[in-house]
Amino acid sequence: MAPVGPRSGDAIFSSIDRVNAELFTLTYGAIVRQLLTDLEDVDEVNKQLDQMGYNIGIRLIDEFLAKSGVSRCVDFKETAEMIAKVGFKMFLGVTASVSSWDADGTCCSIILEDNPLVDFVELPDTCQGLYYCNVLSGVIRGALEMVSMKTEVTWTRDALRGDDAYELQVKLLKQVAEEYPYKDDE
Amino acid sequence: MANTACFMIVARNDIPIYEAEVGSAAKREDAAQLHQFILHAALDVVQDLAWTTSAMFLKSVDRFNDLVVSVYVTAGHTRLMLLHDSRNEDGIKSFFQEVHELYIKILLNPLYLPGSRITSTHFDTKVRALARKYL
Repeated sequence: MAPVGPRSGDAIFSSIDRVNAELFTLTYGAIVRQLLTDLEDVDEVNKQLDQMGYNIGIRLIDEFLAKSGVSRCVDFKETAEMIAKVGFKMFLGVTASVSSWDADGTCCSIILEDNPLVDFVELPDTCQGLYYCNVLSGVIRGALEMVSMKTEVTWTRDALRGDDAYELQVKLLKQVAEEYPYKDDE
Repeated sequence: MANTACFMIVARNDIPIYEAEVGSAAKREDAAQLHQFILHAALDVVQDLAWTTSAMFLKSVDRFNDLVVSVYVTAGHTRLMLLHDSRNEDGIKSFFQEVHELYIKILLNPLYLPGSRITSTHFDTKVRALARKYL
């Protein structure tokens, strides 16, 4: 079945409620700051951010499907395009691009030129290993898991560490068949 | 460009958080300590002056031989202090305003703890470029 949903998230983005960009950026910054203070270890913070993103993602996917009106994607390529063009536009107000497909079509890169999470941010020497936007990778992982795709999402480029853009590598591990979750006798 | 100039940012709790010697004169060995000393002495004057005016730029508040101390106080009572020997008030004012902008950017960085030392090299290069431009 061909998808009938929108090719870009502009229309939805303009119709949903928005919040001031600085408030959003600083709120996210405060969360990261607090995690750094509480956990005192950069790797732990990365893990925690990813987990938080996952928890957001598994909820956000429903909101996404309800508001965007997209239907089932035929393959992983289309899924990635949908995330980059509609998903990012809807929730972050930026558009990402998809590239670097491998031969099987199971691994690609989502590239963000513009990232509202990192305005003002500069990594100090003490947090060099921090993936500041790790929440995003968690969101994608969580959201795709809810539509039966096990993925692995990693950062391959991070402008905060001196690269020229933000690049997320999304790797499809396996597609989980939908199954009835309860046993009859429970 | 001024022959001697020393720029310092002092946090509200009187702790220096950024320091740069921006003069073109050959450095005397004790210059850094001397400059710190003069700026430190000027803090009391700033304290009194800051509440008598609504302007952030306090112009020259103190002098030591041929060196003049100009100060700019931000709303959060962070003091940008410049020790200089040139008489270019407009340039200094523009310098302070632009450094203030940079300082706000630093302050908005969630990973920067207000009142701690500014270690950003980006900030340092920008401030030195501004000093070359305006002083």
